[in-house]
Amino acid sequence: MLRLDGSQKHRIELTVNGKQHSGEAPPRLLLCDFLRHELGLYGTHVGCEHGVCGACTILMNGRAVRSCTQYAVQADGQEIQTVEGLNNGDTLTDLQDAFRQRHALQCGFCTPGILMSVTHFLNCTTNPSEIDIRDMLSGHICRCTGYDSIVKAILDVAETRAIEAKNQQDK
Amino acid sequence: MKPVAFDYCRPDTVEETTALLHEYGHDASVLAGGMSLGPMLNMRLVRPSVIVDINRITELEQVGLTNGLVQTGSTVRQADVMDDSELLNQVPLLKLALPFVGHFQTRNRGTLGGSVGHADPSAEIPLCLATLGGEVELASRRGKRLVRASEFFLGVLTTTRRAGELITSLYWPQHTDSTYYAFDEVAQRHGDFAIAAAACAVTLDEQKRINKISLGFGGVEDKPVLASLTAFVGAEPTCSLASEIAFTATKDLNPMEDATAGAAYRTSLATTLGRRVLQKAITEAGGR
Amino acid sequence: MSSSTDISHNVGHNAPGWIGKPVLRKEDPALLNGHARFIDDIEPVAQVRHAAMARSPHAHAEITRINTQKAEALPGVIGVLTGKDIAARIRPIPSVVKAPIDYYPIAIDKVRFVGEPVAVVVAHDRYVAEDAMELIDVEYRPLAAVVEPHQAMADDAPILHEKLGSNVPSHRTFRYGDPDGAFAEADHVFELAYRFPKYSSTPIETYGVIAEYQFSPERYTVWSNFQGPFVLHPLMAGALGVPGNRLRLISPQASGGSFGIKQAVFGYIVLLCAASRLLGCPIKWIEDRLEHLMGSSSGAGRTGTVAAAFKQDGELIGLRYQNIANMGAYVRPPEPASVYRMQATSNGCYKVQNIVIENTLVLTNEVPAGLNRGYGGPQFFFSLERIMDIAAHGLGIDPAELRRRNFIDKDAFPYTCPGGSIMDSGDYAAGLDEALRLAGYEELKRRCQQARQAGRLYGIGFACGVEPSGSNMAYVTLAQTAEDRAKSAPKSGANSSAVIAMDPTGNVTLQLCSTPNGQGHATVAAQIVADALGIDPDDVDVVTEIDTLTSSWSIASGNYANRFASAVTSAIAICAAKVADKLKHIAGEMLQCDPQSIVLSNGVATIANHPDRSVPIRRLGAAAHWNPAGMPDGTQPGIYETTVYSPPTLTSADSDDRIPSSVTYGSIFDVVGVEIDRDSGKITVDKYVSVHDVGTMLNPLIVEGQVYGGFAHGIGGAMLEELSYDRDGNFLSGTFADYLCPTALEVPELIIGHISTPSPKNILGAKGLGDGSAMMAPAALANAVSDALDFKDVELPLTPHRVWSMIQGRKPPPSSETVLLGNAKTTSAPATTPQIQGSGEVDVETNVQTVWRALLDPETLTLIIPGCEQIEQSSADKYRARVNIGVAGIRGIYQATLKIHDKLEPKRMRLLGKATGTLGFGEFEASVELTPIDDTHTRLGYRYQASMGGKVAAVGQRMLKTVTRLLVRQFFDGLNRALAPTSKVPRGLFKRLISLLRSLIR
Repeated sequence: MLRLDGSQKHRIELTVNGKQHSGEAPPRLLLCDFLRHELGLYGTHVGCEHGVCGACTILMNGRAVRSCTQYAVQADGQEIQTVEGLNNGDTLTDLQDAFRQRHALQCGFCTPGILMSVTHFLNCTTNPSEIDIRDMLSGHICRCTGYDSIVKAILDVAETRAIEAKNQQDK
Repeated sequence: MKPVAFDYCRPDTVEETTALLHEYGHDASVLAGGMSLGPMLNMRLVRPSVIVDINRITELEQVGLTNGLVQTGSTVRQADVMDDSELLNQVPLLKLALPFVGHFQTRNRGTLGGSVGHADPSAEIPLCLATLGGEVELASRRGKRLVRASEFFLGVLTTTRRAGELITSLYWPQHTDSTYYAFDEVAQRHGDFAIAAAACAVTLDEQKRINKISLGFGGVEDKPVLASLTAFVGAEPTCSLASEIAFTATKDLNPMEDATAGAAYRTSLATTLGRRVLQKAITEAGGR
Repeated sequence: MSSSTDISHNVGHNAPGWIGKPVLRKEDPALLNGHARFIDDIEPVAQVRHAAMARSPHAHAEITRINTQKAEALPGVIGVLTGKDIAARIRPIPSVVKAPIDYYPIAIDKVRFVGEPVAVVVAHDRYVAEDAMELIDVEYRPLAAVVEPHQAMADDAPILHEKLGSNVPSHRTFRYGDPDGAFAEADHVFELAYRFPKYSSTPIETYGVIAEYQFSPERYTVWSNFQGPFVLHPLMAGALGVPGNRLRLISPQASGGSFGIKQAVFGYIVLLCAASRLLGCPIKWIEDRLEHLMGSSSGAGRTGTVAAAFKQDGELIGLRYQNIANMGAYVRPPEPASVYRMQATSNGCYKVQNIVIENTLVLTNEVPAGLNRGYGGPQFFFSLERIMDIAAHGLGIDPAELRRRNFIDKDAFPYTCPGGSIMDSGDYAAGLDEALRLAGYEELKRRCQQARQAGRLYGIGFACGVEPSGSNMAYVTLAQTAEDRAKSAPKSGANSSAVIAMDPTGNVTLQLCSTPNGQGHATVAAQIVADALGIDPDDVDVVTEIDTLTSSWSIASGNYANRFASAVTSAIAICAAKVADKLKHIAGEMLQCDPQSIVLSNGVATIANHPDRSVPIRRLGAAAHWNPAGMPDGTQPGIYETTVYSPPTLTSADSDDRIPSSVTYGSIFDVVGVEIDRDSGKITVDKYVSVHDVGTMLNPLIVEGQVYGGFAHGIGGAMLEELSYDRDGNFLSGTFADYLCPTALEVPELIIGHISTPSPKNILGAKGLGDGSAMMAPAALANAVSDALDFKDVELPLTPHRVWSMIQGRKPPPSSETVLLGNAKTTSAPATTPQIQGSGEVDVETNVQTVWRALLDPETLTLIIPGCEQIEQSSADKYRARVNIGVAGIRGIYQATLKIHDKLEPKRMRLLGKATGTLGFGEFEASVELTPIDDTHTRLGYRYQASMGGKVAAVGQRMLKTVTRLLVRQFFDGLNRALAPTSKVPRGLFKRLISLLRSLIR
């Protein structure tokens, strides 16, 4: 059993975007605050701190989860992926490029959270319909785009990946 | 919004957990998915001195079948249930209700037990448990006890769980042949707190008459409320009967009121939803 | 027809190349990679400390005491500042309306809205700052609050600003043409009393400020996502008592949306600058969502009437607007601009010449209003477009046809509106026709008929409007009389700056003053420069961050009123043309030819018809640095062009209160068909069409994005969003679970269409856009619902409960503080229901005298008051208690008082209770009736009314009534248990047992 004193900082070790990271956190430090201010990964944004807006969504062990309603100490030993890990600053991935092609972002503040949700969603969903996509997106609030372009971008990626998968299969 | 400072414990077993809960009593909060507790902590609505994180207790993640009851450990994630077709075959009502529970992202973390322990009046999982006549298993230093869902929920965010107790499992009556289910709710947006929700299970006998019938409402009163429908056992299931049952079931409801809905609207909505779910189940059962 | 103010003739820029293409955005890679830097991502100076703000839980109260000692003593705290501390360092910010309503960004002696800051805590981190915040001891003397505008205007209303003496800081009436004559001669007059709710665009990124006071030179440096308008800069500097060049405002690289809301961060800038100076450290404050919802800004709620005078054939001949604008607790600059923004265009799309407008500003105990998407447009078009549909139904004319008959003709432009707007271009008939075509109007009407025949509820609604862009900074001066205006220096214009530099390596950088928050300004700006210089947009770097110390900026700088496309692009194009001209001259010198024969294209300067005679453009720019001696005669070395441009149309207001308030006017035509579920009141949008005229489309991808985004905001305002207050001013929309923004499942499909009437007032023919259907959808949907239900008094937002009530034929429940009045002239206060009320009965197993005595006995009260830990009698019939109340984990300690009065022994009494704690406060009033059933049984009946405020109300309004019911029930059940004779245990022992039990279960 782990017991951590609330008035102290504790060392946390975790994997973020494939790399080992460590940092210090008191138990109450929100995971999003840890990722941003302790590890310097500012791509994950904070929009509400009560789990509704989705801006803080990251992948934990491959699943899209809120990082504002988890505490850094809970992430010890876990595998996290943030938006920076999608392409590690290199050329845009097919998902990021689809967002760009479709103008699926304007201010970009909600975008990292959506990209992470979509990453998980497309990993576990084949041939999503528009309603499936909107349902998954309903866990994110965007005030800029009106969502239509985001849905189109995701449909584009899903379709391209399905074709590629089929081509791989046929080989 | 940042929480108050709290000590953090992460037990590995149920035994360690109950010892902690006994030690700290009301000063401890149990943290499962964090979908309900997290916001309350961040808003400082709750100010525990200790958080007991139960997310790494393997005992609580089990799913099994015993004696016609499906057992789900309290930290089983809602998303995992949605992916578990075997489990859903045994508890079909959950398959219908879970898409209404929060969102894709919150279901990745939210747990069945957490929802039941939080006891929001509008929550879908407590409603399903009550409608199916399930049970809640609680563990404490003194051992385990089972509480029927109909007795577990006392009111707004209030259950019979005592300070030293941990919800360890939920028990769901296993699906039997000739039982038909339906679930529906109305919320302002998808995933929002239900203004009203209805769940039903209808079992037919060999003569295709109603053998068992259960109709539950969520979001209407301060806890899931089950209609008393013994009068309809033996009746022929028809869509017009569904209307009659719905009307009977809702006329004595004592609905909550808030900025979203007044009493008259909630009652009316409950009647509508009651009728809709019964009609759906009855139609599926082959009734007219 | 051109005029001297037309600039759409070619100012030397090339035929369209990049302009009009769907060029992908430069901003995207950084945003998609997570590398874009928003305000909370930067720490531009060392030793930054973090602030949290203690805020008032009361809507209206005097601050009788603030004790910050305990908070200051907390380890990690740098300091705690109250309003008095801050006020010693700043001057109040004056209001545009010359009324004594000083705005300080922090409360000093009294608070006027829930969420108003009362103290600032600065600590090493935000967590500790919030801990300290809770240790600040503030004592309030609550005052009566008022949130409903008519009540606020009544003679007996609680007054928010004593020096003003009333809650109406401004009341002006404007007459254009002969409205009285028009109404007198009208064949038909239609009238509507309406209410428009208060809501906010709530960007996902909240306010952020980093403020640093530097001692040497004495200067405030601020990094903030403040969006402008920078007319607020001199106001901030004035408040801080420094010259303008000693307040340095810097915007971060990225801003997460604003839609107007980030205009109001200016108050916090002043506050944090003063705090930085007082505490001697740089301070960062990042607003959290709860703060944002209660204490930032919002659109202005409005109530009022609109009347339209028609001739028999449907000609609209007169309009009468009575606007009562809810300003909130202050008329905070740039308000009352939201009331005046549409004034000069108060005819909308129509030819009507006779208009009377009565504008009343009202102060209420709610968060102050400010810029919001649409900024006065949603409110305005709700009134005008509702009355048009009402008139259409009343006249028996198709709503589209009625509009068409009254549209300004396409050949009538530029059209001078009665209020002074000079509308540049438009073809409203074509816009509407295109909307009808896309909607399949005849088919839609058939669907409607079929649905109704089948007993379903279906309706069609319209809304058509103009979208003014590029605001004249002077339009808000309409709030003053002409005499008052004459006393100050005249105001006019919309200065826009562009600076283009080419560096010694020949690379192009453009600086703008436009502080975008997602609109893609950098991309479009690069397209314009690329076209002018013959290079690729990828080779134009654009800096949209403003630094008031080093950028070219003016009072109109910033991003608001859709000014980018309409005004800023002209500045960019003019600047780029100047640079192009200079490059041609340098090329002419190098290639020894006439500069006018040079063509700039594909990165090279070539002599026309001599493709072999060329020089790379980069080399031209570099040469200006490296070889100034080789420059053409009379040409300055280097390439650094600054253009500051104000559209000449934008002159001051005249003495008849007319003003050309914007530079360009787009138009929007919306048609919607809805079906309503009779049982639930849920609305399904069957079809929504929106046609836009934005003049020349600079980048169609970005245009479409703005259209969709505006539409989503419009859907939110129409159906989901409202900042709710109860009648005591307690705020109820505290979280994103209470304040509902539309998600991907709530925004319906949108069919978009375009027509284009290029603007002669913009070099590229572009008109601004962005508000769009944010202004139209509330009116269009209200019209459709009204049509479906044949119900006139449609109120927003169209929540299921409200729609269901309308279906029952009942008036919809008041969404917030008001009840819709049939006649806005009524001054008697409407009946509003108290927030929480209930009644019940309990049979107590003892005689009536014992019950009576028990209710007056402190020992019994200790037992039965839920969570009561300690009670003392402070005087006759008055008690003070410490109460620890919890509902499943949400536990709070409250200081409570209980007063018993109107006693009629042993029959009835009234109880007045108040409780205050960190989680909030409550007040209740209960009357208790005792009726003997027999000698050993008494029926106790109770009725109560309660009001809750503070955090529990803000974040828990769903549960409040139910929890109150529960606690009241617990009280009276407790009484019953305490008095039950079945308890054979002696009283004293009984009491000890109870406390023992309690300590076990706690």
